[in-house]
Amino acid sequence: MFKDITLGQFFPGDSVIHKMDPRVKLVLTVLFIIMLFMAKNIYGLLVGIAFTIISYLLSRIPFSMILKSMKPIIPIVTFTAVLNVFFIRTGDLLWSWRFIKIYNDAVNTAVFMVVRIVCLIVGTSLLTYTTSPIDLTDAIERLLSPLKRIGAPVHELAMMMTIALRFIPTLIEETDKIMNAQKARGSELDTGTFKEKVRGMVPIFIPLFVSSFRRAEELATAMECRCYHGGEGRTRMKQMSTAPRDWFACVYVAVFWAGIIVMNMFFK
Amino acid sequence: MQVFLNADNVRFSYLSDDEPPVKNEVLKGVSLKVEKGEFVAVLGHNGSGKSTLAKCFNAINIPESGTVTVNGMDTKDDSRLLDIRKSAGMVFQNPDNQIVATIVEEDVAFALENLGVEPEEIRKRVDVSLKLVDMYDYRMHAPHKLSGGQKQRVAIAGILAMEPECILLDEPTAMLDPRGRTEVMETIKQLNETKGTTIVLITHYMEEAAQADRVVVIDGGEVMLDGTPKEIFSQVETMKNLGLDVPQVTELVWRLRKDGYDLPADIITEDECVEALAGLMS
Repeated sequence: MFKDITLGQFFPGDSVIHKMDPRVKLVLTVLFIIMLFMAKNIYGLLVGIAFTIISYLLSRIPFSMILKSMKPIIPIVTFTAVLNVFFIRTGDLLWSWRFIKIYNDAVNTAVFMVVRIVCLIVGTSLLTYTTSPIDLTDAIERLLSPLKRIGAPVHELAMMMTIALRFIPTLIEETDKIMNAQKARGSELDTGTFKEKVRGMVPIFIPLFVSSFRRAEELATAMECRCYHGGEGRTRMKQMSTAPRDWFACVYVAVFWAGIIVMNMFFK
Repeated sequence: MQVFLNADNVRFSYLSDDEPPVKNEVLKGVSLKVEKGEFVAVLGHNGSGKSTLAKCFNAINIPESGTVTVNGMDTKDDSRLLDIRKSAGMVFQNPDNQIVATIVEEDVAFALENLGVEPEEIRKRVDVSLKLVDMYDYRMHAPHKLSGGQKQRVAIAGILAMEPECILLDEPTAMLDPRGRTEVMETIKQLNETKGTTIVLITHYMEEAAQADRVVVIDGGEVMLDGTPKEIFSQVETMKNLGLDVPQVTELVWRLRKDGYDLPADIITEDECVEALAGLMS
């Protein structure tokens, strides 16, 4: 039942965006989010939309994947849009029917918000689509490494993330095995009331926890055997290096930033 | 020959979780010398202390009394800890629980990254180690997609990357299917023969032990027998009393001898057995 699970939503490829230094990609994504929130009017937002579309075309991610990334946010977006449309009561009255009154400010705010959220989600999923979870973890560790000086456990957190990523498939497989074992002993996992179903999970989670602790202990010993002694003095096999394309990407983001600032200044 | 691993009258106990803790002495004065380049198989049933002993050679366990030295370095000496673990690498039973990274080559690089080796040197040694265990083609794979034997070979490569003089293997084949077992045994033997790596193999499989230069039997925290596979396995009754088996062919020959057939007592491989039986029948 859990076979072939994909971790994160990485979509392997060899586009320019895939090949970018993950550190640069991460920083630029943060800048992109700030950019979206800087836009004060619909024209500024159009610049943001253009940026998102161009980036997607460059990454050659199929359109269906983009739709998939939007799916989980559809309910929230519709809900907030509807609230905005019906409850903002400023500007000119556009349309009214009994107690429902719709004003132009309301429509503006709603459209603005929807576009902004969609751009935000679609744009940030581009990062997770084009960067493997392990590269992302590495990039986070390296970007945050200055914080080590003030005692933040950056290396430890990154190591925990790596190990978690490594063990997700293993534990999924194990859960599957335990479920089958419990079914073979006659436990009914899929039937009964909600309460019974929840109770049915207990004999699955207890063995899973016990075995996870055992795994953790064995892994810790194995890591010690391989001379692990924390992040101090550690080197990395894979070095992250910036190539000209990363600088192009920075320029590209800078241009769009400028675009939004200009739009903010010229249109009110 | 130079002694590489040396355990001298080693005692070790675990404390149980009970209140008050109960002391459970696992090693009761074990003395064992392993020479450089030797292939030693350690036998003993569950709870005999063989894994505990292996962990003593790697400074995971520090003996209560007695000394353990690895290439002349005392395992009590904290300042030499990394050197000891670097020269005596350890491979465990469950391949899943010793692979740290999500990509094969990243995992093989793990030990070297810990030791602070230069990136180019890491790359070079990772490639060499993966080729040695014949897993180079899988270097970009995710570990959970490999078979048990392949995972275990990746784990061995992760140890080999440190270029250890000795590898301790704690039942590396126990969780593998017969094919994986053969793969791992081939790798171990090849390392011993071509690179002269000292091998200490803890195992439950008598057929694997029969391939070693020397067999050590541990029981109740003490070394009971120590000799060549032929010397050890020809003592079929002693082995049975210790709760251990002998290779299938040895058992066969032993039964035939009991029935009065004239066969040599020290047969441990199938080939020897076939030859002896053919000789008997002609």
